[in-house]
Amino acid sequence: MNIFDPFLIEALINGILLGGVFALPVLGLNLVFGVVDVVWLCYAELVMVGMYIVWYLYNQMGWPLWMAFAVCLPCLAVLGVLLHVLVVRPLLTAPPINQVLATGGVLFVLQGGATLVFSTEFRSLGVDMPPMEVWEVFISGTKLSAFIAALVGAALLWLFLKYTYVGTAIRAIARDREVMPLMGVDPRRIYLIASAIGGSLAGLAACLLLVQLDVHPFVGLSFGPITFMICVMGGLGNMLGGFLAAFLMGVIISVGGFWGTTEWSYVFAFLFFIIMMFVRPRGLFAR
Amino acid sequence: MNGSATLELSGIQAGYGDFQALFGVALRVEPGEAVGVVGPNGAGKTTLLRVISGLLRPKVGTLRYGDQDLTKVPAHLLPELGIAHVPENRRLFPHLTVEENLKVGAYAKSARAEFAKRRDRVYDLFPRMAQRRHQLAGTMSGGEQQMCAIGRALMCAPKLLLLDEPSAGLAPLVVQQVFDLVRRIRQEGLTVLIVEQNVAQVLRVVDRAYVLETGRVAAEGKSAELSADPVLRRSYLGMH
Repeated sequence: MNIFDPFLIEALINGILLGGVFALPVLGLNLVFGVVDVVWLCYAELVMVGMYIVWYLYNQMGWPLWMAFAVCLPCLAVLGVLLHVLVVRPLLTAPPINQVLATGGVLFVLQGGATLVFSTEFRSLGVDMPPMEVWEVFISGTKLSAFIAALVGAALLWLFLKYTYVGTAIRAIARDREVMPLMGVDPRRIYLIASAIGGSLAGLAACLLLVQLDVHPFVGLSFGPITFMICVMGGLGNMLGGFLAAFLMGVIISVGGFWGTTEWSYVFAFLFFIIMMFVRPRGLFAR
Repeated sequence: MNGSATLELSGIQAGYGDFQALFGVALRVEPGEAVGVVGPNGAGKTTLLRVISGLLRPKVGTLRYGDQDLTKVPAHLLPELGIAHVPENRRLFPHLTVEENLKVGAYAKSARAEFAKRRDRVYDLFPRMAQRRHQLAGTMSGGEQQMCAIGRALMCAPKLLLLDEPSAGLAPLVVQQVFDLVRRIRQEGLTVLIVEQNVAQVLRVVDRAYVLETGRVAAEGKSAELSADPVLRRSYLGMH
């Protein structure tokens, strides 16, 4: 076997590009979980709603693509806040199983709602960028652009968490929520901010997925489970762990697909996940 | 009595669910005063501080800060009013650096504009913190963590500082340093309320103290009087 096989290198690069897009919902889920301590089981369905928003504005209303993207993010931020206020906040002190059932219920509501409004038809954005060729290796222009946008989003999030007062409070509250009022921090407000950011990350992920994936009411199933798996693998609530695990999973799926078929690649990924759960049950990067 | 006290509690009853921890506690702190609350484990000392800083609402009783009714103020607005609370076990954010911990302490709107000035003041007060500003707080020694926790509380420029067991878990020499520090903070005009089990040490720092026993004030008086009291000497100071 030639390790300089251009197809293998292509698979490797595609895996990294794929990881970049996985990274956004992983960061969003981890952020919300770390701060609010509730798992948004319907996260992939929020992304699905965002994909429909972009598709509707671009393909039906004829808006320019950048404007559809620009509207999708704040819409999803509002959706995240609504989810928190209407579903999560009333259950903050409830047993975790009730929280999971409630956000899981939202998943079915969103799927059902999307089916009612848009039917089960697959909708495509119909946008494609020409591939680039670098030494016999072909890189999809859309995937590369999505990857760069995802990295920019992740970097902005990092800067926010690292250098602002609210961001520092978000990192602090993830460890000790009870002491926060003594610092002058209103946890309820931080929950709202985290939910808004979690929602916007779903919005950004929606924009970047829609350029490479058709949208339909059940599209969440194609990346939702893998997103949760990556979160658990990186250590639930661990932003950096999740971010790195996203790339690892992207590469495993892509290179697995190179040796086997696409279906087998997910089997490899889940096998790897199960083994890792035995070896490092608290996450790949747990100290 | 006139209404000029910095902090005035009366008839405070509080607890957790069915468990009652405080049975009608009255306490007064005058401006510029340092007051101690001493007593055995489980006497309700920490509960008392939690009530004052709004983490726990009293079931009955009044709680006044100057002319404000604190029972009506959400806990997170107290730093804005000039009340800082260094909680039991310090409760630093171990995964944040020293400077980031100070930054969280300066979260209140009015404190943000003053961040650099106050941080430099904290570093003047604790040169050790200036050296360790980029170190993770969780990797420091207990004494250093206590300094950092007090520094974090000072970031909101408090008028009233509440300290919960500042000596807990520290070596005797470090305990000495922490109490020296409290003395220095007092000289800057802060009003201080300290909850302590280390009775002998705290009576040397405060002007007056209250002895709390199973949720009731069992005795109160000037530090000198209390340390001379034969009953107190036997039960708390281990002296004869």
